[in-house]
Amino acid sequence: MVILSVPADYFPIAIMFVVAIGFVLTTIFATHLLGPKRKSDVKLDTFECGIEPQGNSRIPFSIKYLLVAILFVLFDVEVIFMYPWAVNFLKLGLFGFLEMIVFICLFMLGFFYIIKKGALKWE
Amino acid sequence: MELNDLIFKIIFVIAVFAVSLLVAMYSTYAERKVAAFFQDRLGPNRAGPFGMLQPLADGIKMFMKEEIIPTNADKVLFVLGPSLAMMTACMTGVVIPWGSSLIIDGKEYVMQITDVNIGILYVFGVVSVGVYGIMIGGWASNNKFSLLGALRASSQMISYELAMGMSIVALVMMTGTLSVREIVESQPGGHWNVFVQPLGFLLFLICAFAETNRTPFDLPECETELVGGYHTEYSSMKLGFYLFAEYINMFISSAIIVCLFFGGYNFPFISELGLSHNMAAILGTVIFFAKVFFFIFFFMWIRWTIPRFRYDQLMRVGWKVLIPLAVVNIVLTAIYLMWKHDLWNTTLHVSQLNP
Repeated sequence: MVILSVPADYFPIAIMFVVAIGFVLTTIFATHLLGPKRKSDVKLDTFECGIEPQGNSRIPFSIKYLLVAILFVLFDVEVIFMYPWAVNFLKLGLFGFLEMIVFICLFMLGFFYIIKKGALKWE
Repeated sequence: MELNDLIFKIIFVIAVFAVSLLVAMYSTYAERKVAAFFQDRLGPNRAGPFGMLQPLADGIKMFMKEEIIPTNADKVLFVLGPSLAMMTACMTGVVIPWGSSLIIDGKEYVMQITDVNIGILYVFGVVSVGVYGIMIGGWASNNKFSLLGALRASSQMISYELAMGMSIVALVMMTGTLSVREIVESQPGGHWNVFVQPLGFLLFLICAFAETNRTPFDLPECETELVGGYHTEYSSMKLGFYLFAEYINMFISSAIIVCLFFGGYNFPFISELGLSHNMAAILGTVIFFAKVFFFIFFFMWIRWTIPRFRYDQLMRVGWKVLIPLAVVNIVLTAIYLMWKHDLWNTTLHVSQLNP
C-alpha cells in the first residue's frame, strides 16, 4: 500500500500555527496592557539572591555541553537513517537485516569509542 | 478540500487547542490535589467547590501581574522564548488521532486534525524546536541561574531525544508506518503494542519524563540550587507560558504514549458491544482520554515519589544506559520479526519496494 502525502495534509497544521500564534500574541498584549506598571531600577535589576549582580552573566561554561551537542548531531543523523529502513523492514527481508546489523555495529563502535575517550564523563 | 471539510477542520483545530489548554489548566489543579493527597494535606479548597475554580483564579492572577523585563535582558528574545515554548507545545497536538471517525449525514469526519504520513517525525521535529524556547528564554534573561538552567535543559533534552528516537524505531519496524493513526489502527481491541514492545515502552516513558522536564529530570528548574532555573527572571503571563507549556507537553506526551503503546482509542471487546459506529467512536474517545488522564496522573505520581537525579547521573542514564538498551531493543525486534515472518531465505527484489 502506497500512501503519498499531499500538501493539503499539511494545511491544517498551518491553521493550528495561526491559532497558536494568535493566542500567544493576544495574551502577550493583554498582559502588557492589564498589568500595573510601577517600575524601578532595583526591580528591573538582574536577580541574584538579593546581592548586587557580579560580573557578566554570560559566563564561559563547561566544554562538555558543546561535546554533548556535537555528539547529538552526529548520532541523531545516524538515527534518522534508521527510520526509512525500519518502515520498510518487512519488505527488505534478509538483505535489510544484514545491512542494518553492519550499520548498527559501526554505530556502536563509534559509541564505545566516545565513551572510552571519556567524552561523556561529568566530573 | 471542500468548504465543508475546511470548516470542520477549523472547528476541530480550535476544539483541540481549547481542550489542550483546558486539560493543562486543570492539570495544575490536579497536580496540587495529587500532591496534597500524597503528603496528607487538603490542597486548594477555597476557590469554588473543592477548589475547582483555582486554575481560573491562577489564570486571572497571571494576567493581572506586572510584566517585568530586566534592563539587562535582550528584550526581543526575552519575549520570544516563552512564546516559542507555548507555540510548539500547542503544535504537537495536530497529528494525534483523538478518536476513530464520526459519520454525519453519510459523510465521514475523521477525528484527527491531519494524518500526515510522517506523523511521529513531525512530533519529534516540533518537540526539538521546543528546546529553543527554553534556550532563548534562559539566555535572554542575562541571569546566571537562567543560563545554567537553559544549558541543562537543552543538554538534557537533546540527549534524551536520541534515546527517544531509537526506542520508536523498533515500534516502527513492527508496524511499518510512521503515521500515528495507522499505528493506532494496527492495535485493534486489546492487542496493544506495550505487550510486544515492553522495553521500547519503558525507554519511551523515561525519555518522555526527560523531554517534559518533569521530576526526576527537572534539573533545568531545580529550585534548590538554581532558584527558578531558566524562568528565574520571568513574571506574569510569560512565566505562565512556560508553566503552561510544560503541562501541555505532559498532556501531549501522555497522548502520544497512549497512541503508540496503549492502542489509542482501541479497547478490548469493542466489537462485541454491538454499538453503532458513532457511539463506538465516542466511547473510543472517552476511553482514549481515560488512558491519557491515567498517564498524566502517573507523571504526577512519579513527581511526588522519586527524588531528582544529579546531573552526571542524568547524563549517564541517558547516554550509557538508555541508548545501548534501545539498540538492543532494535536488534531483538529485528531478530524476532525475521523469525516470525520467516524472512531468513528472502532475497531482495527492487520491484517490492515503495517507489
